[in-house]
Amino acid sequence: MTELRHRGATDKELQHQNSEDKGSETEAKERDGASDNETKADPGVPEVSVTADDTPEVLNKALSGLSSRWKNWWVRGILTLAMISFFFFIIYLGPMVLMMIVLCVQIKCFHEIIMIGYSVYHSYHLPWFRTLSWYFLLCVNYFFYGETVTDYFFTLVQREEPLRILSKYHRFISFALYLTGFCMFVLSLVKKHYRLQFYMFGWTHVTLLIVVTQSHLIIHNLFEGMIWFIVPISCVICNDIMAYMFGFFFGRTPLIKLSPKKTWEGFIGGFFSTIVFGILTTVKLYPFQIHSIALSSFASIMGPFGGFFASGFKRAFKIKDFANTIPGHGGIMDRFDCQYLMATFVNVYIASFIRGPNPSKVIQQLLALRPDQQLHIFNSLKAHLTEKGLLPALEEAA
Amino acid sequence: MTELRRRGGGGDPDSTENISDKEADGDDRLAFPGEGEGETEGDSKADTPDVPPSADNTPQCLNKALEGLSSRWKNWWIRGILSLTMIIGFFLIIYLGPIMLILVVMGVQIKCFHEIITIGYRVYHSYDLPWFRTLSWYFLICVNYFFYGETVADYFGALVQREEPLQFLVRYHRFISFALYLAGFCMFVLSLVKKHYRLQFYMFAWTHVTLLIVVTQSHLVIQNLFEGMIWFIVPISIVICNDIMAYLFGFFFGRTPLIKLSPKKTWEGFIGGFFATVVFSFFFAYLLSQYQYFVCPVEYNSETNRFAVECEPSNLFMIQEYTLPAVVQNAVRWKTVNLYPFQIHSIALSSFASLIGPFGGFFASGFKRAFKIKDFADTIPGHGGIMDRFDCQYLMATFVHVYIASFIRGPNPSKVLQQLLVLQPEQQLSIFNTLRNHLREKGMLPPAVEEAQ
Repeated sequence: MTELRHRGATDKELQHQNSEDKGSETEAKERDGASDNETKADPGVPEVSVTADDTPEVLNKALSGLSSRWKNWWVRGILTLAMISFFFFIIYLGPMVLMMIVLCVQIKCFHEIIMIGYSVYHSYHLPWFRTLSWYFLLCVNYFFYGETVTDYFFTLVQREEPLRILSKYHRFISFALYLTGFCMFVLSLVKKHYRLQFYMFGWTHVTLLIVVTQSHLIIHNLFEGMIWFIVPISCVICNDIMAYMFGFFFGRTPLIKLSPKKTWEGFIGGFFSTIVFGILTTVKLYPFQIHSIALSSFASIMGPFGGFFASGFKRAFKIKDFANTIPGHGGIMDRFDCQYLMATFVNVYIASFIRGPNPSKVIQQLLALRPDQQLHIFNSLKAHLTEKGLLPALEEAA
Repeated sequence: MTELRRRGGGGDPDSTENISDKEADGDDRLAFPGEGEGETEGDSKADTPDVPPSADNTPQCLNKALEGLSSRWKNWWIRGILSLTMIIGFFLIIYLGPIMLILVVMGVQIKCFHEIITIGYRVYHSYDLPWFRTLSWYFLICVNYFFYGETVADYFGALVQREEPLQFLVRYHRFISFALYLAGFCMFVLSLVKKHYRLQFYMFAWTHVTLLIVVTQSHLVIQNLFEGMIWFIVPISIVICNDIMAYLFGFFFGRTPLIKLSPKKTWEGFIGGFFATVVFSFFFAYLLSQYQYFVCPVEYNSETNRFAVECEPSNLFMIQEYTLPAVVQNAVRWKTVNLYPFQIHSIALSSFASLIGPFGGFFASGFKRAFKIKDFADTIPGHGGIMDRFDCQYLMATFVHVYIASFIRGPNPSKVLQQLLVLQPEQQLSIFNTLRNHLREKGMLPPAVEEAQ
């Protein structure tokens, strides 16, 4: 970590150009890294050990001629372009691949956060704990995927007998699986490590709450239409880039003590340009344009709070990046921290303003009711439709 | 805490009697003093502060009345009196009806949340963190608003449709709840103070886990209640009965320790409690199934603006004849037996309460040891805090809810109707036709008269 901090301290100007797509988030990190040196103080907070520089050999060789700061700039730039191209490529591949990718990203994010917990608490050798964390991840994923699959693959599920049973008793099975994990946790409590084990239990659950539920909201959004997946993610990326650019050229007034490099000029400039971006990319889809304004506003105004939250978290646990998965950028969580709030917002937005209930689901529920309840609903619906003039009044005879 | 430890440790042979008709939860309390000494040597005290003992808050009147007795009998009497008081209170609230019950559940939830958050503050010496008390309560209000909104919208469908502002609140309920939560989230981020980041994140996580455990499950309790008061009364009684029976069996026959976490619990108590609880619940279910007051779903009557519990009891609560399997027939010489189907379900519920419920108690014991506290709080003299009494109930509430959703209840008709009315007209029409055909097939509707198209 000291090496990275030095790199940050010496390359102040170049950091600006290094972080095209990361926006001011990066320099904030580097700058904060430097200032963090002063606030060491806390003996009880162990430092997470430095992970080695894992730039691929290939890149290293190609850039061996350049000085270290340009090399850094190029590494970040190349990786940025690689990630954006990858994004477009998987969109091209279609929804199923997207779902797989979302699942993998979720697993990696979970892994990163849990690893931080282990390092912070030196709890890597706690009995059972690694197993239990992964087990809970599996349980919660099983629960959520089961709910999604049942909704959207309804006819497929009804055809296959084993699937039908799994779907009918899905909640019960998920709960039983979770309980097993809970009982295993209780049985694994070891006298000297109670507190640590409870911390890790809490840590795992909060991580599940943040990472897993929101990745499933992303998948729900995806099923509404790929546009509900692509536009929010692009808005957040655009906001990062634009806020950085505006901050670089016009930045003067600091925004928040947590991230000293962020400025009001960057924030406001990013806000307006993201809205324009949102309008321009959806220019042919009129009603959706209005929604894209709402989405861009949220991405610009609230999205950064997700970033501040992650910055605060990193400072609290004295880590520079969540992990070192992406050379030059940090871990997967570093890239996705702003996306999470956005995913939840889009899901709530769709549920509140766009989508009605799913008709096939309503029929499914109707057919599960008791006959007298069905009759009651039938009569109410008939009255309602007749009132609206959708049913000819002759129906009354039936 | 030292005083309490001594009280438990000093009167050891007799202190088992302290728990006369009380939950065997008290065993943990007994175990704790014995364990306590062992723990202090083992555990590094470096960063695990002891929560300071809270003063004995037995009401003065009780203290005066029991002045004459020795301290161990006094303790026994206090616990006994409080136990009886709580059980009587339980029956009184049931008598008062569903609205009272909901209010009581809400009160209990708020108190439990408060107890756990206070422990967090003490553990982390974070009582003076800026904003944090405000934020914890704010998040509690947000999550409650979200859950009550979802419940209310479901069950008070007719009332909600009438009032205009309520309609607006219901339609955009998720959005409003999310906006409220986000405001709290942003306030948290803005409140981060340089020297206290880690502490603030800990308290943030502590608050959220507490909300997850306490608030969601109290809402599951309320949803169970709406299915019929019997789904509220029977699970709670089963857990109480299991505690008492496990304690009694352990007291008379206990020999083999059950789990290192709670050294006072024994296998004999566990198994004896299991069988006794199953038998108890079988007969208790029989008793309660006969009354409409307990069995009917709680419904809001929009004409009288009150809760009504009148209905045609469902099949679960009508006596049915069951043929005994041949093996049992030879044994008891009966061919058939008349039971309420609900009694069969009560066997499932009581098995869960006896076999898995105690894990909730072990979890709470582990938690108390981890943070070196004897009780969650000192709200109930002789018993500890509200959480101490309800720790086994939480798992049970979730289980009952999942059980009902999986095996008993279909979807809620008013909710389905609500969803129907929100759909697009074409979708409504197509569903209408599907439903009509379905009902005709079932013979619920007269067959189609040829309509002039």
